[in-house]
Amino acid sequence: MSQPNIAHGDDRGRGFVPDLRRTLNNRRALRSAALSALTWVVALIAAVPLFSVLYMLIVEGGARFGLDLFTELPPAGFEMGGGFGNAIVGTLVMVSIAAAISVPVGILGAAYLSELHPDHKLAAVSRFLAKVLTGFPSILAGVFAYAAVVVLMGTYSALAGGIALSVLMLPTVVLTAEESMKMVPQRMKDAAHGMGCTRSQVIWKVVLPTALPGILTGVMLAVAGAAGESAPLLFTALFSNYWLQSIHEPTASLSILIYNFSGMPFENQIELAWAASLVLVMIVLFFNILSRLIGRPKV
Amino acid sequence: MNMLQPAVTDSPASWHVPSERMAIDCNLEKVFYGSFLAVRDSKLPIEKGKITGFIGPSGCGKSTVLRSLNRMNDMIPVFRFEGHVHFLGQDIYARNVDPVIVRRYIGMVFQQPNPFTMSIYDNVAFGLRLNRYRGDMDERVERALQRAALWREVKDKLKASGLSLSGGQQQRLCIARAIATEPQVLLMDEPCSALDPIATRQVEELMIELKENYSVALVTHNMQQATRVADTTAFFAVDISRAGRTGYLVEMGETRQIFEDPREELTKEYIRGEFS
Repeated sequence: MSQPNIAHGDDRGRGFVPDLRRTLNNRRALRSAALSALTWVVALIAAVPLFSVLYMLIVEGGARFGLDLFTELPPAGFEMGGGFGNAIVGTLVMVSIAAAISVPVGILGAAYLSELHPDHKLAAVSRFLAKVLTGFPSILAGVFAYAAVVVLMGTYSALAGGIALSVLMLPTVVLTAEESMKMVPQRMKDAAHGMGCTRSQVIWKVVLPTALPGILTGVMLAVAGAAGESAPLLFTALFSNYWLQSIHEPTASLSILIYNFSGMPFENQIELAWAASLVLVMIVLFFNILSRLIGRPKV
Repeated sequence: MNMLQPAVTDSPASWHVPSERMAIDCNLEKVFYGSFLAVRDSKLPIEKGKITGFIGPSGCGKSTVLRSLNRMNDMIPVFRFEGHVHFLGQDIYARNVDPVIVRRYIGMVFQQPNPFTMSIYDNVAFGLRLNRYRGDMDERVERALQRAALWREVKDKLKASGLSLSGGQQQRLCIARAIATEPQVLLMDEPCSALDPIATRQVEELMIELKENYSVALVTHNMQQATRVADTTAFFAVDISRAGRTGYLVEMGETRQIFEDPREELTKEYIRGEFS
């Protein structure tokens, strides 16, 4: 008695030739095609807000785009023309201050978390706090800087704004830097120890250079995020209609300028708010693209 | 007479090397990871200008022994060592010895090629810079690469990343990196296990050339490799008679003697391939 070919679930005998051609006629193939189509549609819907915002920014902001935006000061009430050069400078200065604080602190903290005492209780606590801080309401960073810097120094300032932004940047820098240092293969660290490196030499000479692209990616993402923030600057940097003279005085920023001008009853200011939005998006996009370029693996 | 105390003075395991020929003289009485006794009672003289091969079944602690010779095991927090390792008249486990400095004089080549993410030149110059070498860096880098039989292949692309090389080239780069600082002893932990046969052959030829200037301790899981390159061979086995799996030195001798006329029954069985 010959056994039917049970292993293949086929009892039609050895001579049977199955039809292997692709077809939409069975339920499985149909369902697969329908679900593929559905994911495409959903992805398109998800992209609609992004592209409609970009479209409006380019149409509305692009109409007013020109060199004077970068060289002129914001206009008062009924004035025509003007620009927001001081706000661009202010944003860049405050983001730089924030980076100057959060990058060294963040990288050293990450070195502690990933290399020195990864299993220490203090490391577990600070890692947890950093994760909590990533979801920290940004206005609270402003409140903190207000209480810690503005009240103490008696004035709104770029310094206070930078400190508020650094609070928001720090967790991103710490967590991405820790992650990229952990990605450095153990065998590379072993090699460094085997050459007679001290622990700090292993970190400085091998771990940090190897992790650098990843760390810079995190820094650029943090910078992009900070550049777009407005809440932390509301009561730390405030605003100014003049060029930045010192980091100890109220300072203009793009995000606050957009907030101020978009609510004004003047056509000129509303146009400037659109243009400022476009410039801000371009700055954020620039740092995002930079982070992708830096983080790209190269051999 | 105490019959329970075995005579230790002339155990078959002991292998005598006159002290002036000795690069490393060590006695690993007990090596622990936490409460686990990984290696016991292994007395291994590493002779100058020779290749000493460590063979034995997996888990017998040959890598642990090797890593004890330059204090790489200190990286493991639960590691504990009893015994002594004498290098140039100093016990490297003495309290006042800095393990970091030990590793600068006893170089190591690892199982997996592990060049740094930097240029070929910087990889080789790494140890020299670490030791603040003030002489002609280019010349030392070239010499190390030449000795590692890699110079001809990389001399036109010293700025290329070390990771762009093939596996065998990477391993020779690691050897060049290790010998650039002219360490007295080179520890090699299965340096060919990740390489193809051609690259293995190149690295083996390199080892034989290197022994003129260096004393090499070589862990290998490949008995043929030991017969091809080692002058002296140490055979380790696992003692499962007690709790845990403790490795120990069964016997040590000239490679030809170990493979053709082993003194211990266990060695005979292993050489014949009865267990692995």
